[in-house]
Amino acid sequence: MLEINDLKASIDGKAILKGLNLNVKDGEVHAIMGPNGSGKSTLAQVLAGRDTYQVEGGSVTWNGVDLLALPAEERARAGLFLAFQYPVEIPGVSNAYFLKAAVNATRRHRGLPEFDAFDFLARVKAEMKAVGMKEEFLYRSVNEGFSGGEKKRNEMLQMSLLEPKLAILDETDSGLDIDALKIVAEGVNRLRSPERSLIVITHYQRLLDYIVPDQVHVLAKGRIVRSGGRELALELEEQGYGWIGEGGDAAAGAPAGGPR
Amino acid sequence: MSAVASWAADFKARAPALPGANLPWLAALRKRAIDRFGAEGWPTRRKENWHHTSLAFMEEQVFSATGTHADPAAIVARLRAGETTPGHWLVFVAGHHAPALSAIGALPAGARLISLADALAQADDATASAIEQTFGSSDDGDSPAALNAAFATDGAFIHLARGLALEETIHLVFIAGADEASRHLRNLVVAEAGSRATIVEHYPDSGDAATLTNVVTRIDAGADTNISHLKLQQEGELATHIARLDTQQARGAALASHSLSFGARLARHDICTRFDGEGGEVLLNGLYHVDGRRHVDHQTRIEHASPRCNSREFYRGLVDDNARGVFAGRIIVAQDAQRSDAMQRCDNLLLSRQAEADARPELEIYADDVKCAHGATVGQIDDDSLFYLRSRGLDELHARHLLTYAFAAEALARIELPTLRQRAREALLARLPGADALGEMLEELA
Ligand SMILES: Nc1ncnc2c1ncn2[C@@H]1O[C@H](COP(=O)(O)OP(=O)(O)O)[C@@H](O)[C@H]1O
Ligand SMILES: [Mg+2]
Repeated sequence: MLEINDLKASIDGKAILKGLNLNVKDGEVHAIMGPNGSGKSTLAQVLAGRDTYQVEGGSVTWNGVDLLALPAEERARAGLFLAFQYPVEIPGVSNAYFLKAAVNATRRHRGLPEFDAFDFLARVKAEMKAVGMKEEFLYRSVNEGFSGGEKKRNEMLQMSLLEPKLAILDETDSGLDIDALKIVAEGVNRLRSPERSLIVITHYQRLLDYIVPDQVHVLAKGRIVRSGGRELALELEEQGYGWIGEGGDAAAGAPAGGPR
Repeated sequence: MSAVASWAADFKARAPALPGANLPWLAALRKRAIDRFGAEGWPTRRKENWHHTSLAFMEEQVFSATGTHADPAAIVARLRAGETTPGHWLVFVAGHHAPALSAIGALPAGARLISLADALAQADDATASAIEQTFGSSDDGDSPAALNAAFATDGAFIHLARGLALEETIHLVFIAGADEASRHLRNLVVAEAGSRATIVEHYPDSGDAATLTNVVTRIDAGADTNISHLKLQQEGELATHIARLDTQQARGAALASHSLSFGARLARHDICTRFDGEGGEVLLNGLYHVDGRRHVDHQTRIEHASPRCNSREFYRGLVDDNARGVFAGRIIVAQDAQRSDAMQRCDNLLLSRQAEADARPELEIYADDVKCAHGATVGQIDDDSLFYLRSRGLDELHARHLLTYAFAAEALARIELPTLRQRAREALLARLPGADALGEMLEELA
C-alpha cells in the first residue's frame, strides 16, 4: 500500500508538486494523466528518490515505511522500480554488467543467492526474448545509441528482471509503435499480481486499452484534480485538458463529474 | 642534488664511460647538449609550454635510488605472463640493457632489435647516421631532452627493413633498479617504407625510491608504414618521469600513440608528430589518472606540414584528491597543408573538490581548406547517470566507481590489441578504488 499525503516538492525554489494525495493499494493499477509540465515526472522521480527535487512537505508511506527517508538504492532494493521517461545513456558500462549488478543488488537484499554469470545470462536472455530485444544489446553500453523504442524495451527488460513490488512507468508508451506498445503492455500484465502495484503515467489513453487500470487520475499544476474509473481516460481523450483552469482547479466546462 | 651545476660536474666525471664515448661525433653532440642544459637549466613556468608544470623544484631535488625495490626478474615474469604470444622483450635495469632478463625471439630477416649501447659499439655508417640524427634533434626539445642527450646510457634501437611486418609485439621494459638515482634513456625506431610493428614501453612500478626517469623516444616512420606505440607509465609514488616521443611520418604513414600515465609523483609527456608527406594518419590516444598530490602533464603537438593528412586525438583524465592533470594539444596546419583533417578532444573527470585539471587546445591554422574540430571538458560524475544506477539498486559508491571506470574505458577501447587493452585495463583498475568487484564482473561478462 502506497499512501501519498499532501506531497509538496520543488526544484531550484520553484514549487512543482503542490499538495498531492494518492493512495494505491496492493494489486492495483493506477493511471496518471495530465498535460505536459503538470508534474508527472517530478512525482515519479521524487518517489524513486531523486534528490535534486526538494520535498517541502507531506509524506509518502509505503507498506508502513517512510519512503522519503530511504536513499534511492534502498527503495529500489525494497522493490520500487521507475521506468524512466528519458532513460540515461551510460557509455562504457555494458548493459550486461549493469543488469547483473542491479539484479544481484536486489537478490542480496531479499536474502537470495546472487546469480553467477552463467545463471544470469540464461535468465536475461529469456527475458530479452520476451521483450523483443536482440542479444547484442547485452554487450552494448547502457542505452548508448539505442533508439527511443529500444531504450523503452530496455526499461521493460529491467522491470521484468527486477520483479518490483511497485512499478512506476513514466510515459513508457511515448514514441512506441503499436507492436512495441503491446510488448510493454504484456510485460506489465505479466507482472500484475495481488501483491504488486503499478502507477502508469501516460499521455494517451491507447495504452490503457491494453493495461486496464483500476483508477485514473488527472494531475494538473502539481495536484490530482480528478480521479475516476477507466472511462475518465476516454473522456480526457475526447475533451483534452482545456477544462483545467489557471489555478489548477477545474474551471467552467469541466467534464461531468468535476473534481472530487 | 640536481642543481644545474652538479649535472655539469657529473657529466665531466661520467662522459668517458658513456656508450659511444670513443665516437667523436657523439662526444661532440653530448658536449653541446650538456652546455645547452647548463645555459637553460630546468624549464620554469616562464616557458609557455611549461606554464602549468614547473621543474624549478629540481634544483633542490635529491634523486636517490634508496628505497624498496621489486625484484626485476619478478617484474619481467609478471609482465610476460600477461601476454598470449611470446613477443620480443628487451629489458633495461637502472638505464642499462639487462641481457639475462631480455628475451628476443626469432626475428624475421630485416628486423633489428638491439640495445642502443650495442648499436653504438657495432655502429656501421647507416646506424651511426640514424643515431646521430636523433641526438642532434634533441635541439628541438626542451632542456630535459638536452640533458638526456648528454647522459643517455642506453635504450632500444629498432630497425625495420622495407616492407617488413613484425607480427610479435616488441616490449621494452624499463626498471628503475637499485643502484641508479637517475636514468636517461633513448630509444630509436627506424621503420622503412611499408613496415609495420607494435612497440610497447613499460615503466612498471618497481619501488618507492625518488628516482628520475628521463626518456626520449624517436620514431622515424617511413612511407606507408603502420606503427603502433603504447606507453604504460606506472612508476612509484616518488618517481619523477619526464618523457618525449618524437615522430616523423612520411607519405601515407599511419601511426598510433597510446599514452597511459598512472604512476610517478610528477609525469610530463611531450608527444610530437609531423606529417612530412601526404596521406598520413595519426591517432594520439591518452589516459591519465592522478591522485594524492601528484601531477601529470601531456603536451602534444601535431604538425600538419603536408596536405591530406588526418589526425585524431583523444585524451581522458581522471584527477582525484589534490592532484593536478594538465593537457595542451597543439595542432599546426601549414599554409599548403590543404585538406587537412584534425580532430582533438580532451575530457577530464574531477573526482574530488580539490582536484584540478587544465585542458587547452592550441590551434595554429594557416591553410584555408581544413577540417578542424576540438573540444575540452572538465567535469564531475554525471548526476543523471548516478541516479539511474542507484535507482536500480547499485550503491552510490559502486555506481561512482563504475562511472569512473566507464569514463576511462573509452580510452582503453581504442587500443587495438586485446592483450594490450587488457593490460591497460588492469593497470587502470589497480589505481581505482573499489576496483576489485568491478574487475571481477567485467571479466566474467566480457
Ligand atoms: N530539473 C528541472 N529543472 C527545472 N525545472 C524542472 C526540472 N524538472 C522539471 N521541471 C519543471 O517542473 C515542471 C513539471 O515538470 P515534469 O514533472 O517533467 O512534468 P510532466 O512530466 O508532467 O511533463 C515543468 O514546469 C518543468 O519545466
Ligand atoms: Mg514527464
